[in-house]
Amino acid sequence: MFGTTLILAIRSIRRHVLRSFLTTLGIIIGVGAVVTMVTLGKATTAAVQQSISSLGTNILQVRPGQGFGRGGGGPRPPDFKPEDVEAIADQIAGVTAVAPQAQTTATAIYEGANWSTTVTGTTLAYFTVQPWPLASGRTWTPAEQAAGKAVCIIGNTVRQNLFRSTDAVGKRFRIGAISCDVIGVLTTRGQGGFGDQDDVVLMPIKAVQRRFTGSRDIRLMLVGVDQAYSTSAVQSSLTDLLRERRNITGGKDDDFNIFDTKQISDTLTSTTTMLTRIVAAVAAISLVVGGIGIMNIMLVSVTERTREIGIRLAIGAVAREVLMQFLVEAVVLSCLGGIIGLILAQAIIAALVPLMQVPWTFDPQINIIAFAISAVIGVVFGYFPARRAAALNPIDALRHE
Amino acid sequence: MAVASGVRVAASRAGAVVAADAPLIQLRGVTKTYGTGATQFQALKGVDLDIAAGDFVAVMGPSGSGKSTTMNILGCLDVPSGGNFLFRGHHVETLDRDQRAMLRRRYLGFVFQGFNLLSRTTALENVELPLLYRGEDKRTRRDLGMAALEKVGLDKWWDHTPAELSGGQQQRVAIARAIVTSPDVLLADEPTGNLDSERSVEIMELLTGLNRDSNITVLMVTHEPDMAAFARTVIHFKDGLVDRIEAQHRPGVVPEMGVN
Repeated sequence: MFGTTLILAIRSIRRHVLRSFLTTLGIIIGVGAVVTMVTLGKATTAAVQQSISSLGTNILQVRPGQGFGRGGGGPRPPDFKPEDVEAIADQIAGVTAVAPQAQTTATAIYEGANWSTTVTGTTLAYFTVQPWPLASGRTWTPAEQAAGKAVCIIGNTVRQNLFRSTDAVGKRFRIGAISCDVIGVLTTRGQGGFGDQDDVVLMPIKAVQRRFTGSRDIRLMLVGVDQAYSTSAVQSSLTDLLRERRNITGGKDDDFNIFDTKQISDTLTSTTTMLTRIVAAVAAISLVVGGIGIMNIMLVSVTERTREIGIRLAIGAVAREVLMQFLVEAVVLSCLGGIIGLILAQAIIAALVPLMQVPWTFDPQINIIAFAISAVIGVVFGYFPARRAAALNPIDALRHE
Repeated sequence: MAVASGVRVAASRAGAVVAADAPLIQLRGVTKTYGTGATQFQALKGVDLDIAAGDFVAVMGPSGSGKSTTMNILGCLDVPSGGNFLFRGHHVETLDRDQRAMLRRRYLGFVFQGFNLLSRTTALENVELPLLYRGEDKRTRRDLGMAALEKVGLDKWWDHTPAELSGGQQQRVAIARAIVTSPDVLLADEPTGNLDSERSVEIMELLTGLNRDSNITVLMVTHEPDMAAFARTVIHFKDGLVDRIEAQHRPGVVPEMGVN
C-alpha cells in the first residue's frame, strides 16, 4: 500500500519537474536559511568566546581610573605600586598569581629590518596567570627578573618581521634606546579580539620601568583566579582591599576598575546567542511561508488534476489511496526541498566562513531539526489539499474539463 | 471485502458457474433522483434490467433519457436512490464508497469517450495503473501490462506518451488499461465518440473480439446506430425508463434502415 503510493507520488513529481521544483523552492530557501543562520550564529559565538578566552579565562584585569572613557576631569588616579601587587597576592584567597604590567611602544631594529611593536614588562607570574608556552628558548630566571636584565621573549609576529626565517634565540637586537637579548620565542596565538596577540615583546618589568617608563608605576595588573573560586567573590574582596590601600572611604567611587573577562565573555556569548535566535526565527518564518507555498501549489494541483483523480477513482482507487498519494507527494516534495536546502546551506556556510573569519562548524542537531520540520510541513500543509482530492466524486471528477 | 471475494470464488471466469437463471447484472425498480425541492429531477423512474454474462450490450437513447445515469450506477460510480442492483446475485446498493471502489478494482473496466489517459505518462504506465492499485509487483505489472498492450496491438508503442499517440491508439491504450485486470464487465461510454469512422470500426472490432475471445461482458453507451450494430443486445432508454430491448442475431452487420 505505502510502496504503491510512493511509486505514484514519485511518478507524479517526475512528470512535473519544473512545477515540483518551484513548489519546493520555499522549503529549500527556508531550510537553507535556518541552517545557515544558526550555524553561522553558533560559529560567531564560538569565535567571540575564543577571542575572549585568548585574554585568559578566570583573569581579572585591574586598571587605575573609572573604566573605559570615564574619569576625564580632575586629577588622574594614581597608578599601582609593586606593593599593591604583593598585597593582592598575599591577602586575597583564590588568587593564583598577580602579574603587573608596564607597557610602552618602541621600534625594534635588527640588521636591516625594523618593526614597531608593544613592549610589555611583567613578571614570571604572567605565565602562571595565562599559560603561554614558548616555541623555543626559555623564560627569564628569577635572578634576571630581580636584576631587571634586558632579556626579551618575543612574539611570533615580531620574530617574523625582524628575524625572517632565522632562529631568533640568542640574537641581540635594538629596541628603543637599548639592546636586548632574545631568550625565547612564544608560540603563535593568532588574531584575537583586540588585534594581533603575537605582536609583542616581553621583558622583566624592572627593565621596562627603568629603561622605558622611568617609574615604578604599574598601569595594569592581571589577577589569576583559582578555578575553584568565583571571579565575582574574588573581585569584591579585591575591590575592598584596593579601596583600603588607596584610602577611598564612605560613598566615594572607586578610582580603579576591574575587568572580568569571564563576565564579558558570558555577556557577549548570551548576546550573540540571542541574535542567532532572532535571525533563526526570521528564517523559520520563511520556512512556514515555504509550507504555505506547498499547500498553494498542491491545491492548484488538485484542481488541475481533478480528471486524473477521477480516472484513479474509476479504476478502483479508494479515497484513502488518493489522499495518501497527494499527502506522500507533498511530503516527498518537502523532504526533497529539505535535503536540497541542507546542501545549499552547507555551500553557503563554506563560502561565508572565510569571509566572516569564523571557524567552520557542522551542527548535526540543527540539520536534523530543520529536515524534520520540512517533513512535518509536508504533512501539515499537504493534508488539506489531499483530503480535498480524496473527497471528489468520481463522476464529477471525470466530467471536469 | 467479504462480499466481493465471495463473488470471486463463486464465479471463476466467465459466467458459466453462476446458476443459469441468475443474470450477471440485475436492476429492479431502480430510481435516481437529483437535487431536492423545486429543483428535484428524477433521472430514473424505476428501471428493470437483466444483463447476462458474456453479452455485448449497446445502450442507446436521447440525452436525458437516463442511459448515462444507469451506466454510472452499473459502473458502481453512483448509487441508486431506490430499488435494487444485484451483481452476481449480491446487493451492490448497500455497499459503501470504498467497497464500491474495490468492486470496480476487481470486476470492472472503464473506457471513456475522452480516453482519459494520464498525460506525460507512457502507455505501459497507464495500463499498469489498475495493477498498482491491486498491489501487484513490478514484474507482474510489466508482464500483464505488455500482454494487454499486445492484445490491442500496441506493444511496440509501450513507451509512448498519449501526446505521441493518435486518437485511435489512445483509445486502444485505454482499452488495454480496462482489460489488464481481466475484468468481468467492460463499461464503455461512447468509446468511438471522438474518433473517425475508420478508427471507430477498429475499436468496435477490438471490443467484439474481447467480448468473444476473453468472454468479457461489454456494456457500451453510443449515439451511433452503426456502432450499436456490433452489439448482440441493444437497450433503448426513454424518459428514465427502458423503452425497448432488441436482440441482434447478426451483430456486426449494419442493418438497413427499416429492415430488422
